[in-house]
Parts: sequence; structure tokens; C-alpha cells
Amino acid sequence: MTACPACRATVDPGDQFCESCGATLVADPTLIAGPMEGSAPIPAPEANPAPEANPAPEAQQCACGGTFDADGWCTVCGSRAPNERDHFTEQVAPNAAAVCDKGKVHPRNEDAMALAASHERIVLVVCDGVSNSTDSDVASLAAARAARDVLDHEPVVPTRTPDALAAAWTAAFGRAVAAAQERAAAAAVTVGAKENPPSCTFVAAVVDGPVLVAGWVGDSRCYWFGDDGTAAQISVDDSWATTEVARGITREVAERDPRAHSITRWLGSDSPGGAPSCAPVSVEAGGWVLVCSDGLWNYCSEAAELGHLLTTEIAAHGDDPLAVASALCDWANEQGGHDNVTVALAHVAPRPV
Amino acid sequence: MADWTTEVFENEYLPADATEVHAIVTVTCSGAGGAGQSGAVAEVIIVDTSGSMASPHTKISSAREAAAAAIDELADGTLFAVVSGDNSATVVYPPSRGMRPADSDTRAAAKAAVAHLDAQGGTAIGSWLAEATELFGTVEAAQRHAILLTDGRDESETAQALQAGVEGARGVFQCDCRGVGADWEVDELRGIASALLGSVDIIAEPEKMAGDFRDMIRAAMGRGIADAKLRVWAPQGSQLLFVRQVGPTIEELTDRAVPVSELVREYPTGSWGDESRDYHVAVKVPPKQLGAEQLVARVQLVVDDAVVGQGLVRATWSDDTTLTTRINPAVAHYTGQTELASAIQEGLAAKAAGDEATATLKLGRAAQLAAQTGDEEATNKLQRVVEITDAETGTVKLKRDASKLDEMVLDTSSTKTTRVR
Repeated sequence: MTACPACRATVDPGDQFCESCGATLVADPTLIAGPMEGSAPIPAPEANPAPEANPAPEAQQCACGGTFDADGWCTVCGSRAPNERDHFTEQVAPNAAAVCDKGKVHPRNEDAMALAASHERIVLVVCDGVSNSTDSDVASLAAARAARDVLDHEPVVPTRTPDALAAAWTAAFGRAVAAAQERAAAAAVTVGAKENPPSCTFVAAVVDGPVLVAGWVGDSRCYWFGDDGTAAQISVDDSWATTEVARGITREVAERDPRAHSITRWLGSDSPGGAPSCAPVSVEAGGWVLVCSDGLWNYCSEAAELGHLLTTEIAAHGDDPLAVASALCDWANEQGGHDNVTVALAHVAPRPV
Repeated sequence: MADWTTEVFENEYLPADATEVHAIVTVTCSGAGGAGQSGAVAEVIIVDTSGSMASPHTKISSAREAAAAAIDELADGTLFAVVSGDNSATVVYPPSRGMRPADSDTRAAAKAAVAHLDAQGGTAIGSWLAEATELFGTVEAAQRHAILLTDGRDESETAQALQAGVEGARGVFQCDCRGVGADWEVDELRGIASALLGSVDIIAEPEKMAGDFRDMIRAAMGRGIADAKLRVWAPQGSQLLFVRQVGPTIEELTDRAVPVSELVREYPTGSWGDESRDYHVAVKVPPKQLGAEQLVARVQLVVDDAVVGQGLVRATWSDDTTLTTRINPAVAHYTGQTELASAIQEGLAAKAAGDEATATLKLGRAAQLAAQTGDEEATNKLQRVVEITDAETGTVKLKRDASKLDEMVLDTSSTKTTRVR
């Protein structure tokens, strides 16, 4: 175990930034998992002990030519040293990657993601910190990692039928969300926020053999785009907009309402509780699973529309999931980047008949 | 070992294109201990013995008593001297050159000397300060403090001589100044005290002098930090609009800046006991894009070249109006208290110059600000000079029978501020 140089909280070797205060972990350069921009810091720390470590902020140079102080501010122009929490990427397999970005308007990146690939299955988790509560960036990252770890450590499901897999992963989602909830609530203790405790949404996708199972709490989403032309939103938002759509107004109108994003369920110490909603879908035809925060889908909500955008980006950037996820993130920023943006993508090959 | 804490109060969220950042930085020292921890302590007591001190006679007799009371409060070992001031300065104790460490013998001898203080001659404060500066030069002391009592304006020397006395003393010793009676000049004494990092106050009744002297020496003996500086960094391309102490009293520090480097300035703050001081820092920075964060000022307290406390003033540009429209209560409070002090001083100056319209307007604004910032003491003192018809709108009438003394009480206390409620 190691301590965060900024707040002394305990951090794991290999963490890129502190879960408590968000500081970039640079005191020991070997802790850095990869370069900041562009390329993918391939995780699996045991296999890849950070060959291209980031320099410490003191050693970095600011755009103005000045240097950064130990506390991360430029000693000449006062700019903030680039923070890894603001933009980070992850690629866990050649076909699975994600980008998490601050966007253009919010001062902090309260989105988080965590991925895993093992036993021929892929786990994509996205959490979106609720921006009007305190230190949600801490809660979202802790929650995403906790859920990812639970899902990643689930034993191989012995019965490989779609029904058995769906049932097994639905049960696993219950455990994953319980762990995520515990960590999100603990963030409140860490930062001492009482009035507005940190909270976040949760969405995850597990691709295992012939099925994709999505689980969620809140309004971060999972979509499936099959090579057979299917374009579907698998998750159903726990939000004001969804409730209103169910009552009969059009989705477009509902999502334009200022209350559209009021979520009805979330994780955190003031969470209303409950098990995650889960839904399975067959992925036998092959295709793309996309898990994202509202920083993306706000600009492109309908599954068919988003599928079209995905196809366009694949045509332009090839089928490398990191390149495509980065392109979608850039696209959201070009639309205004009004919120933090997280895009997690996995390509699923068609199964031999 | 003293403990220092620093707190910053500001609204760091700026709307797009906003460039001005205001913050209140509160510095608190605790566990300072008594004076003398970093070397010897030296104290000079300066008593006005001009002719006017004899009328009423209670002034000179109270001054003798007060000087004796001050001598009694000196901690053992404190190097001290007593100066009597009229057209020039005379060292009444010790009998030979230099200063003496306080013990029962030297205290008794000094008290015997001050019992014979007589009132005659004029007032030449510059020469008194020059004498004190010379006395402090005869000793090795880490902490140098004086108290100065006068009852008249500086009329027996040129303005240049006074200025030279103040400049010679600046940085050599700190000086708390007291005026007795109603014939001294508040502005003049405030300027001297301010330059010498000391307090200024009025002693309306001579009988209260001894108690006040005792308190001043007790406070000086309770300042364990001999000297501290406020160090302010502001980014390249920014403009440090002002640095001002706003609590417990208002002291404009901006023009006392000593440049340390291109981006760093230091301001002398003198000695510290267990206390809190509030500083208002205002910086103008070039605007940045929405979402950008910027360090606007690094405010540090420096003792013996070591940074003992630090507060960071930041800015974050945002389009979230619920954040950018918040008004920080500390910044608002002290902005009001600073304006209150100016309104009182300008109002009284206008009244003295016979400009009743301006006086009514300024003192009306003062009554309004005192009410808004919950400064009851200022309201009470204002009421002795004006009749407050409506504090909310700042409507007042000048009192015809307001005494000079009441005006001076209001004037000297104008720079004392209240804390944020």
C-alpha cells in the first residue's frame, strides 16, 4: 500500500490518481500506468509496469514555459497542471477500450469508467458523478472500480446457455452494485460531505459468450449495435424523462425539459437503494456494445441515430475500439462538451453457426 | 512552537470574461508564547511633556502615573528607556546612554524619574521618534516596540522633520500611539502609527491613561513572534489590485510592497501574538475559457524566511450561474467595512472644512453601511455626531451640539472592523 502525496489517503500501486482527492499520483513515477494523451495505457499492471511513466508535475513544463509547483499550479502563469483524472483512457483487450473526458465546460471530471477482459468475457463499467453533490468524482471512480472488480472476479458460468448466463450475470450485478454502493457511500466519509453527499450513476455491460447483460442504476446507458442492423438501447433510464415518456410524451420533448436529467435512482450514501435493473440481449450476430454517460447521449439519444454516428466513425477511424471511442468523445466535445463524456466500446465477433 | 492556520474565503467561480478575483485570507497564530523567544525585547516609553499637558493638570499627573504603570508591566530583562518629549526629546531614564534591562531596581529608578516629569515647551514628534530610533540602535534586540503619548498636534517642527522622524523609525520599531484630550490631530497620529505598524486610539479621560498603558505593554509582552511578513505571489500577466489588512483594523498594505521577484511581493506585518488577522487580496487576471482553473494568488506568511502558512486564491470560469452569482459573505462584509471607514473619515473631514452637504451625505452612507454590516459600535459612535433618521436609506442630520471629542472618538475607531457574523 502507498499513500497519496496530496491527501495521505491509501492508494493502490498502479492507480493513476487518488480516489480520495483526485490528485495525480506522481510522487513515485513507477505508479503511473501510462502516458496521458492519445495512446492507451494498457492496464494489467503486473504485465506492463508503466514503461512510459508521466513526469512528475514539477518536471512537466506548462504551455507558458513555466514549471509546476508540487501542488500542481504553474509557478509563472498559475495554470493547473494537466490532471490525469481530467482525461484518461483504458484498453483491456484489442476489442475493448474506453475514454473518459472532462468535457469543455465542467471544471472537474466526475465521470469514471473501469474495464476488464478475462475468461473470454468483457466487462465495461461507467459511473457518472452527480455534479451538484460534493466530490462526486471520488465516488464515481471508487464505485466503477469496485463494480468492475466484482464482475471481473466472478467464476466462469458453467452452463453456457443464454438463459443460464443471463441469470448468473443478473445475480452478479446485484453483488457488483452492492460493492459499488458501498464505495460510493464511503466517499462521503472520506471527504466529510454531509449536506450534499457524493453520488453517481452506474451502468455496466458484460459480454459473455452468446449474451450481453446490461445492469444499471440511473441514466448512464448501454446500447447494442448488431452487425445484422439491430440498434437498441438496452438500459432504461431511471430518470424524470423516462417516467414522462412512459406517460406518453415524446422522448425528444421529454429530453429537452430542464428536469430531463433528474435521476430517480443513484448510488451514494443518500441512495434510495434497490437492486440494479438488468436486461440481456443476444450478441450472436456480432456487433458493437457501447456504454456511455449522458455527456455523449445528450447529443445523440436515439439508438438508430447513435448507431449511424458509430458507423460513420468506424468508417473514418477503423475498428480499433480506442480510436472509435476517442472519436465519439471528440464528437461530443465538438457539440459543446457541456458535460463530462465517457464512451466505453467493445466489438463482439459473430459466433460461428 | 507557534501554530499557524490560513483560511481563504472567496467565490472562486467566475462567469465567462470576468477578470477580477477577491478573497479574504484569514491568518491565525496560536501558541506564540511571550515576547523574547527569538532574542532580547526592547521597549521605549515616549511621553508628551509639552506645556499643554499642564492644562488640565490631570493630563501630566495621569501621564506620570501611566508611565509608571507601563514600567511595572515590563517583563524582567526587557531593555527599556523613557523619553520625555517637547520641542526636543530628553531621555529621562536611564541616566546614561543606552537602555537598561528591567528588574526591581531599574523599575524603581525609572519610576522615580517619571514622577518628576514636568510640562513645558512645544510638540515635535519627529524629534521624539528620532531619539527612540537612536536608543534602539544602542542595543541588540529582536523585538523593538514603543508607546507614544501626545496631547497636541506636531507644531514645533517642520512637516519634513516629522516625516524624517517617521521614516527613520520605520522598520526599526513598532509604535502604538495614543492621543489624550481633543487638541491632537487624528490623521497625523494615525499616519505615524500606521507607518510604524502600531495602533492608534484616543484617551478621552486622562484617568484612563494608566490602564491603557498597562494594556499596551501587556499586549507587546504577549507577542512571541518578533516579526512576520505577508508574501503574495500573483501570476504573470495579472495585476495585484490591492492587498489590505481588513481585520481587526484596516491597514492599506498595497504601497508597502517590497518586491522579492517579478511575481512575488512581501508586506511587513510586524510582531504577532495569539491572534487572527484578515487580509483582503484583489487580483485582476486575463479571462480564461469556461472550465479552466487558475491560481490567482498564493498568500503566505513568512517568519525568519520560512513559510509558516499558505492560502491559495483560485478562479474557475463557469457558465453555471448558481455558482458564479454567489457572493462570498466575508468579501462582502469587509468590502462594506472598508467603505464604512472611508465614509466616516471623509464625512468628518468635510464637516471640519465646513462642507455640510458632503458631510451629511458621507456620514449618511456610513450609517447605512454600519447598519448593513451589523457594526453596532460604529452605529453608536455615529449617533453622537449625527442623528440617524433612517439607517436603511442612509438619511442623517448633522448634530449641532456634537463635541470635538465625539468626532475624534468616531474618527480613531473608524478603522476598527467587526468580524463576519
